[in-house]
Amino acid sequence: MSMRRVVVTGLGTINPLGNKVSDSWEKLLNGVSGIDHINLFDTENLPVTFAGEVKNFDANEYMGKQYARKLDRSAHLSIFATEQALKDAGLDTETRLGSNVGIVFGTGIGGIAATEDAVRVFDSRGPSRINPLAITQLMPNSSTGQVAIKFGIEGPSLTITTACAASANAVGEAKNLIENGIVDMVVAGGTESGTTPMTIAAFSQIRALSTKNDTPSEACSPFDKNRDGFVMAEGSTVLIMETEESANSRGAKIYGYVDGYGATTDAHHITAPAEGGAGALRAMELALKDAGIEKNKIEYINAHGTSTPANDKNETLAIKELFVEHAYDLQISSTKSMTGHLLGGAGAFESMVCLLSLKNNKIPPTINLNTPDEECDLNYTPNISVDKEISFAMSNSFGFGGHNGVLVFGKY
Amino acid sequence: METNEVFEKVKGLFVEDLGIDESKVTMDAKLEEDLEIDSLGIVEVVMAFEDEFGIEIDDEELSDVSTVGQAVNLLHSKI
Repeated sequence: MSMRRVVVTGLGTINPLGNKVSDSWEKLLNGVSGIDHINLFDTENLPVTFAGEVKNFDANEYMGKQYARKLDRSAHLSIFATEQALKDAGLDTETRLGSNVGIVFGTGIGGIAATEDAVRVFDSRGPSRINPLAITQLMPNSSTGQVAIKFGIEGPSLTITTACAASANAVGEAKNLIENGIVDMVVAGGTESGTTPMTIAAFSQIRALSTKNDTPSEACSPFDKNRDGFVMAEGSTVLIMETEESANSRGAKIYGYVDGYGATTDAHHITAPAEGGAGALRAMELALKDAGIEKNKIEYINAHGTSTPANDKNETLAIKELFVEHAYDLQISSTKSMTGHLLGGAGAFESMVCLLSLKNNKIPPTINLNTPDEECDLNYTPNISVDKEISFAMSNSFGFGGHNGVLVFGKY
Repeated sequence: METNEVFEKVKGLFVEDLGIDESKVTMDAKLEEDLEIDSLGIVEVVMAFEDEFGIEIDDEELSDVSTVGQAVNLLHSKI
C-alpha cells in the first residue's frame, strides 16, 4: 500500500436514476430502474427504442444558453457532476483550483452527436456551413478541457478512451498521479452521452443491445438466463480524489480509500472477452496486489455485469477462478441492471456505488434476476438490497478493445 | 433595408441563435468584451449573417469589425 494513501472526499453524479448522489443511491437500494422508452429523439425504424436517459436536466437553464450551446451534452453532464462533487468535497467552485489539482476523465465515444450533426450538414449544405464549434464538441477530450476551464484545473490532464473501462481507468490513473506525488488532488470521472439513432443502429448490428422494446425497465437483466444484451445509457459521475493528508488538513469528510488498481488488455478480440475472462482475472489480481490485501478480504464486487451473454458468463468464470471457494461467499451485484450501461461513465459511477456501500453498509441489488443460469451461479444479490458491513469492495470494468480496469476500495 | 432594420435582424440572431442577453445587444456593444463572442463564435456569427442576408463575407472584411454597429454597417453595405 502506498505511503500517500488516496481517499475520496466528494461525489457528484447525473445519470438515468437521478441528478444527485442521494437520489441515485436511494433508487439503487430500492431496485428502481432508470431505463425507459427513448425521449430525446424519434426511434422510428430503429431496432431498439429504449435506453437510460438523464431526466429533468435542461442545460440552457443550468448554465445559460450562450454557454450551453457551445458544448456537447456529454460536457454539460460533466460540468454538472463536477460542480456537485466539488461542492460535496467542501471546495469553492468560484475559485480556480490551480496547478496542484489534476483532471482525469473517461469517455467511450465523446461528442458523437456533434460528429453526426457535422456530417449531416456537410452532406446537405457543403463544407462552408459546418458548425465552427464541431471540432471542439466532438473531440473526446472536450469534457476534460471544458471542466478544466470552468473550474480552473491547471495540473496534468488526461482523457481516457478505453470504451466501457474508460472511467475505471480514469480513477486508477488519478490514483497513480496522486500516489506518485504529481499532484495532491485529482478530479476524476467519466461521462457519456452517446445514445443516438446511429449508435443504436451500429451497436445493434453487432447484436450487442437488448431488444426487449416492450419492457424497457426489465430489459437489462445481468446474470439472468434470458439476458439478451446491454442497454445504452448516459450520464456523468465525478470523484474528488486526494491524499489522506490533504483531506485531513482541510477537515474534509472521507467516503473511503481508493486502495487498488489493476489494468490489463485481453489482446484477443475487439469485442469478445478472452476465454474464461483471462484478461479480467489478471486485472483483478493486479488490483488486489496493488491494494496489498488478500483476496478473501474482498466482500463485495460491483460487477461489470453488462447483461450480454458473453460478458456475464466470462466475468463469472474469472471471479470463480480467482476467488475459488470464496467466490460463493462474495456479495456481487450489477447496478447496470438499473442504470443501463453508462459506457465511458460506468467505471466512475460504479466506483461511487462501492464507496457508498462501504460507507453505508448496504449493497444494492441486481434487478431483473429471475431465471437462474447454470453458468452464472454466484450470489449476485438478486432483486433486493442487502445490509452488510464490508471492509473492501471491488469494481470491475471491461471495454470493447479488450481493456480491463479493476479498482479496490477500502472502508475509512 | 434600413440600418435599423439590419440592427433588429442582427439583434434577433444574437438573442435567438446565440443565446446572448437581449439587453447587452446595442450598436456600441463590443463583440468580444461585451457579448463574450470569442474567435470561434465570430465564425458562427458570420455564418448566421450569411444565411440570414444571403451574402458572403470574406475574412478580410471582418478585420475592422469589433462592435455590433460596425457589423451592422458592413452588412448594410453588402445587402
